[in-house]
Amino acid sequence: MSLGDPIPRRDGPLKVAGRATYAADQHPQGIAYAAPVLSTIASGEVLSIDTRPAMQRAGVLTVLTPDNMPALGQLTDLKGGTLGEPRLPLSDRLVEYDGQLVGLVVAESLELANEAAALVQIVYAPGTPRSEIERSSDRFRPKDFYGIAELQTQRGDVDEALSASPFRLQHSYETSVEHHNPMEPHATTALWEGDRLIVYDSTQGVISTRNVLAHFFGLPAGNVRVICPYVGGGFGSKGYVWPRTILAAAAAKATGRPVKLALSRQATFSNNGHRGRTIQTVSLGADQLGRLIAIRHHTLTQTSLAGVHVEPSGIATGMLYACDNVAVSHEVARVTTGSPTAMRAPGEASGVYALECAMDELAEAIGMDPLELRRRNHAVSDPETGKPFSSKHLLACYERGAQAFGWSRRDPRPRSMTANGMLIGWGMASATYPANMRPSSARVEAEPDGRFVVTAATQDLGTGAYTILAQIAAAALGVPVEKVRCELGDSALPEATLSGGSSTSASVGSAVHEAALKLRTQLSAGGAPMAEAHHEPGELEKQYSAHSFGAHFVEVAVDPELAVIRVRRVVSAMDVGRILNHRTAQSQIRGGVVWGIGMALMERTGFDPATGRLVTRNLADYLVPVNPDVPEIQVILIDEPDPHFGPIGARGMGEIGITGLPAVIANAVWHATGVRVRRLPIVIESILHQL
Amino acid sequence: MTPPDLSRRDLIYLTASGGLLGLGAPGSNAEAESQQAQARPEKRSVELTVNGERREFQIAPSVTLLDALREHLELTGTKKGCDHGQCGSCTVLVGGRRVLACLILAISEHQGEPIETIEGLARDDGVHPLQAAFVAHDALQCGYCTPGQIMSAIGLLREGRPADDDAIREGMAGNICRCGAYEGIVAAIRSISAGGVE
Repeated sequence: MSLGDPIPRRDGPLKVAGRATYAADQHPQGIAYAAPVLSTIASGEVLSIDTRPAMQRAGVLTVLTPDNMPALGQLTDLKGGTLGEPRLPLSDRLVEYDGQLVGLVVAESLELANEAAALVQIVYAPGTPRSEIERSSDRFRPKDFYGIAELQTQRGDVDEALSASPFRLQHSYETSVEHHNPMEPHATTALWEGDRLIVYDSTQGVISTRNVLAHFFGLPAGNVRVICPYVGGGFGSKGYVWPRTILAAAAAKATGRPVKLALSRQATFSNNGHRGRTIQTVSLGADQLGRLIAIRHHTLTQTSLAGVHVEPSGIATGMLYACDNVAVSHEVARVTTGSPTAMRAPGEASGVYALECAMDELAEAIGMDPLELRRRNHAVSDPETGKPFSSKHLLACYERGAQAFGWSRRDPRPRSMTANGMLIGWGMASATYPANMRPSSARVEAEPDGRFVVTAATQDLGTGAYTILAQIAAAALGVPVEKVRCELGDSALPEATLSGGSSTSASVGSAVHEAALKLRTQLSAGGAPMAEAHHEPGELEKQYSAHSFGAHFVEVAVDPELAVIRVRRVVSAMDVGRILNHRTAQSQIRGGVVWGIGMALMERTGFDPATGRLVTRNLADYLVPVNPDVPEIQVILIDEPDPHFGPIGARGMGEIGITGLPAVIANAVWHATGVRVRRLPIVIESILHQL
Repeated sequence: MTPPDLSRRDLIYLTASGGLLGLGAPGSNAEAESQQAQARPEKRSVELTVNGERREFQIAPSVTLLDALREHLELTGTKKGCDHGQCGSCTVLVGGRRVLACLILAISEHQGEPIETIEGLARDDGVHPLQAAFVAHDALQCGYCTPGQIMSAIGLLREGRPADDDAIREGMAGNICRCGAYEGIVAAIRSISAGGVE
């Protein structure tokens, strides 16, 4: 057995037996249930809250409102944690979006809590909602994306280069507000033991959650324990700490009882983040050989009234292709919605969509094969930083993907390919996502029976962390993987980073690798049976630009009469560094592709422009791909270890699968129908009248 | 046991006011129910046969089968994904048929019919072949929809052998997997479909 072996998912047996316990599966002794009271206006103020009808119900323990919510710590200096909504729940009477938490009922039973929440009487002074970017003049230009990437950049002279380009085009592309909708709605079970707080939370970061709770409740970090052995999907929506976690802890403190707060699906739409809508304008200039001379990429997106998160759509634009003149800019409008947050490939999912649609339009304008256009603009080193890439096999992705798909048989003319009365379209696009590495620790212990246990305060969102971390440890220890198990998802374990930005393999994996090597050395010298390691990006990582790359190829079929669009097959070739487990890796890419199908053809959160209220707050109105929507997805993994990124050379792969895919579908729809749709999702109405 | 004496009117009233709707549309908050609130029917006795075991307990008439399983019987293998019958995470078998546990009341005409949940699926040797197939085909990632997928697949296979993969996909269309493990789910069901299932 070695690294990369496709061993079955370690957490599989528990999950198929229904024995994996999620945050809302906890039943501590004496449990009480909480139900939120959500605002029914999108903007304004709470004038009064009458909780008496709810409190009169036998079995209702308390109703927390802005009137009686205990004061929590200051909103500054969160000591290593991040709030999804930079605003404390129930701290004032302002209503800044529909579905804001304005109260919390705690009762003896779930049904009683839900009933009592409906009895809370609120009088509002409504303000003027503005849920659409177009209606908001409150705008700003963000400087950077969490200090990771600049959001206003320029190199060369774009205006000059564009006007000198033999081929140039400019188009606007739009993406919709999207919601993560993990199958596990956000949930927290909180209990106090004296001055110690224990929280079972559905989170992508037990350490971040612990730090935020310790800060707001005025406790030493050691007095807070956040436990999360399994997460029912996160995709970014459980990355930061959202109001429910803080409220559950406050409710448990107020009642002296363990409190379970499991949000309804509807409630998860309002204050657990979303991807902001984007309106992107892309200008491309190229010469007769298809070589890019200029790129301009401007993004207009949105955040909430208090929000800081913005969808950084231009984040990959300066890096993806060789081009001397590139300008990237972002502008943000404040709207009366909940706060946006990171959602699978924040920036790349929306931005590579726009750029790769524009590239397809450029290929059409020049009369060049879209794949050949990408090849001609291949960047050997990072054109933005000038640094060499740590490792890059994008050309191999193009070649192997195209070959597996049969791309050379594509007739470039739109509407030229048909099958069984359907219009057939073939599209392709590049995919990319950065390699992220953040400080993390891990411990490896030898047990008396010859087995080993890996521990780290990371979490497995369904990504395969339990499996690959055991494989990494086993390889470094030189023992069969059956002898290694992992314990994760507990803030009492060695501190590890948030599960976000596809960073776990490189961050926690590197720490596990080093701890295991250390232990191996210790054991051979008769030393202690336990070793811990801390890993963070070093000099090596600074010298290189580290990104993953890939290429997607998709076939769609469009019904010429009904305009129904079906994805018939997908080939995705991915260069993500070393593959740690070929089975779970394939699933990660497939999952990203399925998300791309959803983004391209289904997902859109709607707001009523008159009231600013959400109109798609359930899974019948907000559509996600279901089984018949998903065809065979062939995943080709290049599996070239990255020699300049961490000790293992794995760059992470949770997010790259969605990038580029919506563009491929848009490009394939054009190829099938001759209709360019520049707004996602592409639905029947988008093309019906042009077929 | 005697079926509870619950009128249709009671049921409509109760379900409309909270139980089935979960939170209701966050907007229906209130519509002033304070006077009626005091007059809710008390808890009633219910007897369910879950995974072959008879369980008798007291429950409010508005409680769904899903909440009864999860919060009253502490059988948390059955998951709540939407509480609206839109995601399939709470799929269980009642009388051998696929049912969304969030859409029926615990006290209902189904009483007396055997209820099967994910916890009751494993055989004496510890695992049902379909459970093993889900692991073998990596038909899951986060695992949250998995119990519902498996129970739904058991129901599907009992309805008759699916003709092909497309029939499996259609038959499983009511079970959302946000992680996108659909190919594995189809492969796992196909592998069992060939051999038949009890």
